[in-house]
Amino acid sequence: MRQFSSKIAGAAVAAVLMFSGAGIAQAAGDVEHPHDMAWSWEGPFGTFDRASLQRGFQVYKEVCSACHSMKFVKYRNLGDDGGPGFSEPEVKAIAAQYQITDGPNDEGDMFERPGQPKDTFKAPFENEQIAKLANGGALPPDLSLMTKARDGGADYVYALLTGYDEAPADVVVGAGLNYNPYFPGHQIAMAQPLYPDSVEYADGTEASVEQMAKDVTTFLHWAAEPKLEARKSMGFMVVTFLVILAGLLYFVQRKIWSDQH
Amino acid sequence: MAHESTYQPSNGFARWMDDRLPLMRLAHDSFIDFPTPKNLNYWYTFGGILTFCLVVQILTGIILAMHYTAHVDMAFSSVEKIMRDVNFGWLLRYVHSNGASMFFLAVYLHMFRGLYYGSYKAPREVLWILGVVIYLLMTATAFLGYLLPWGQMSLWGANVITSLFGAIPVVGESLQTWLVGGFAIGNATLNRFYSLHYLFPFMIAGVVLLHVWALHVPGNNNPAGVEVKDKQDTVPFHPYYTMKDGFALTLFAILFAYFVFFDPNVMGHAVNYVEANPLVTPSHIVPEWYLLPFYAILRAITFDVGPISAKLGGVIAMGGAIAVLFFVPWLDTSKVKSARYRPLYKQFFWIFVVICMILGWLGGQPAEGGYITAAQILTAAYFAFFLIALPVLGLIETPRPVPVSISDAVLSEKASHGDGSSGGGATPAGATASPDRNV
Repeated sequence: MRQFSSKIAGAAVAAVLMFSGAGIAQAAGDVEHPHDMAWSWEGPFGTFDRASLQRGFQVYKEVCSACHSMKFVKYRNLGDDGGPGFSEPEVKAIAAQYQITDGPNDEGDMFERPGQPKDTFKAPFENEQIAKLANGGALPPDLSLMTKARDGGADYVYALLTGYDEAPADVVVGAGLNYNPYFPGHQIAMAQPLYPDSVEYADGTEASVEQMAKDVTTFLHWAAEPKLEARKSMGFMVVTFLVILAGLLYFVQRKIWSDQH
Repeated sequence: MAHESTYQPSNGFARWMDDRLPLMRLAHDSFIDFPTPKNLNYWYTFGGILTFCLVVQILTGIILAMHYTAHVDMAFSSVEKIMRDVNFGWLLRYVHSNGASMFFLAVYLHMFRGLYYGSYKAPREVLWILGVVIYLLMTATAFLGYLLPWGQMSLWGANVITSLFGAIPVVGESLQTWLVGGFAIGNATLNRFYSLHYLFPFMIAGVVLLHVWALHVPGNNNPAGVEVKDKQDTVPFHPYYTMKDGFALTLFAILFAYFVFFDPNVMGHAVNYVEANPLVTPSHIVPEWYLLPFYAILRAITFDVGPISAKLGGVIAMGGAIAVLFFVPWLDTSKVKSARYRPLYKQFFWIFVVICMILGWLGGQPAEGGYITAAQILTAAYFAFFLIALPVLGLIETPRPVPVSISDAVLSEKASHGDGSSGGGATPAGATASPDRNV
C-alpha cells in the first residue's frame, strides 16, 4: 500500500515536471547567476569586518555617493556598535565635511550649516526629478536597503559591480546604457563605477576592482542590516536557552508519563 | 463528555469568588483536571502552539503599532525607523513578520492532523467549522497586514487581490472602489487595512475561545478515533499535556528563533524592501508562501465557462477551495474516524498533501505554459479529493478493525512495538469487535 501511494506521488511530480518543463527553461531566463561569495557576516556567528566596513564607506563616499543617496543611514550610525566603528570625533569630523540645509530660522530663512552626527547622509540630488535629469532619465536608487532589496542580495551587488564587460557582438547596447550580464535585461544605465585605484585606501590595501566591490558591498549590507551582529549574538543565547529548556522538558514529561506507559 | 467539576476552593477568597463568578473553577476544569485521551501524539500539540502564535502576534503587533505610521509617505520609512532606531525594534518586527509564517505552518499541520484522524466527524462538526472560520480570519489578517510595510509587493499584491472583487458581476466595480476607498490603492486603503489588521486578531481570539469551548464539550478526538469510554482512557490535562505541549512548543520555538535570528528575510520577497511605487510594476507578483496554493488555483482558471469569465471563474475556484472545507464533516461518509484504520483513505490523504504542496510551488511560478496546465490538473485533483474521494471512499472502503477503546489501542500499540503512525500490522488483541459505529 505504501508503495502504491509513493508511486502515485511520484507520478504526480513527474507529470508536473513534464508539463512545466517548457516554463522552467523560460523562467530561468538568460540573466547570469551571481556567484555565491563567502561573506564574513554569514553563518550563526557571522560579524562584519570593521576594516572592510571603513574601506567600504570610503568607496561609497568617494564613488557611489556622487549619484546614490542613503536616506535611512545617519552619520551617527557610523559609530554604532556592530558598525564600521568610527570613534565619536571621527564621526563628527565626517559629518562636518557636508553642508546641510536647515531651517527655517527665526527670520524665516533656510540656512546652511555643517553636518552633525544626527543628520542623515547628505543626498547628491535635491529631488528625484533633478536626479533623473542628471542621469539621462534613470533614477539612481537609494542604497540604504540595496543588499536586501534585490534577489541574490550581497552576491548580486558584488557581481553587478564587477560584472561590466564588452557586449557580445550580437547585442546592440542602447544609447546611454552599459552592458552587464548580471543586470536583468543586461543593459544598465549606471556606467561602470569602479576602476583599479578609483580610491586610495588609507590602510594600504590595494584598491583593485574586486577589493573595492567587496568592501562597498560589505558596507551596504551593514547599512541594510545594521543590527545584524546584535541579532546573531542574541540568537545564539536564545537558541542555547531553548535547547536546554527543551532537554529539561523532555525528561520532565517522560517522567510524568512513565506511570502511563 | 462534559465532566464533573473537581475544583476545591483552597481558601476563603476562592470560596467567596466561586459563589459569585466561578472563573477559577472554569480554569481548573478546563486546563488542570480536564480529562484528555491518553493516546494523543505530537500532532495534537499544535493547538497549544497556535495559541502561543496568536499571543505573540498580538503582543508584538501592539508594540509595533506604537511606532508605525499609516501614511503612504511615511509607512515605509517608519518601518525602517523601527528596524534602526526603536530599541529592539528589529526583534519585534522580525518576530511579527516571521511569526505570521510560523502561525500558518502550525495551522496547516493542525488542519492536516484533523483531516488525517477524522477530527471533524460527529460530534465535532462545529469545532471543525469554527476552525475553518479562524483560518479564514487568519488569511484575511495576513493579507491586510502585508500592505502595511508599503513595499512594492505590498502594493501590487493588494492590487491583485482587491481587483478580484471587480470580477463579481454587476456590483463588482463599485464594490472594489468602496473596499479600496478610491479608484486605486492609496492612503485610504492603507488606513482601513491598518484599522482592520488591528481588529481581526481580536476577532480570531474570540473565535478561538468558541473553538476551545467546542473542543471541551465533546472532548478531544485521538489517533485511535474512538471516543473516551471511561476514566481508564484519560489522563488529567495537567501535568500530562501541559508538559508534553510545553516540550513541543519549545521545539517549535527553536525553529521560530532560527528564522527570526539567523534568516529573517528568507520567507519574504526582496522587492518588498523597495518602497511602493504605483508607476512601476514588479516583474513577478506573488503572495506569501502560505497563500500560494490558493493563488495557483486562482490563476488556473484561464477559460470562460458559459457566462462566467475566466477571472470570475478563478475567484469562484479560489473561494470554493476554502469554502469546501466547511462541508468536510458531511462529505466524508465513513463511520471510522482515524486514517489508521482506513487503508484507502490513508493513501488519498497523502496524495492530497502532495497535491497541496505542488500547488504551492506552482503558485510561485509564472502563470504561463506548462505551469498553468499543471495547476489546472491539480486544482481538479484538489476538488476531487473533497467532492469525490471523501464521499466515495466511505462507501467502498473496508476499514481495519477499530480498537474497542483507547486503553486497548494503547496496549496493542505497545504490543506491536509502538509504531503508532501506521497502526501496525498486528491485530489488536480482543479488538476485532465491530467499530463503534454509534458515536
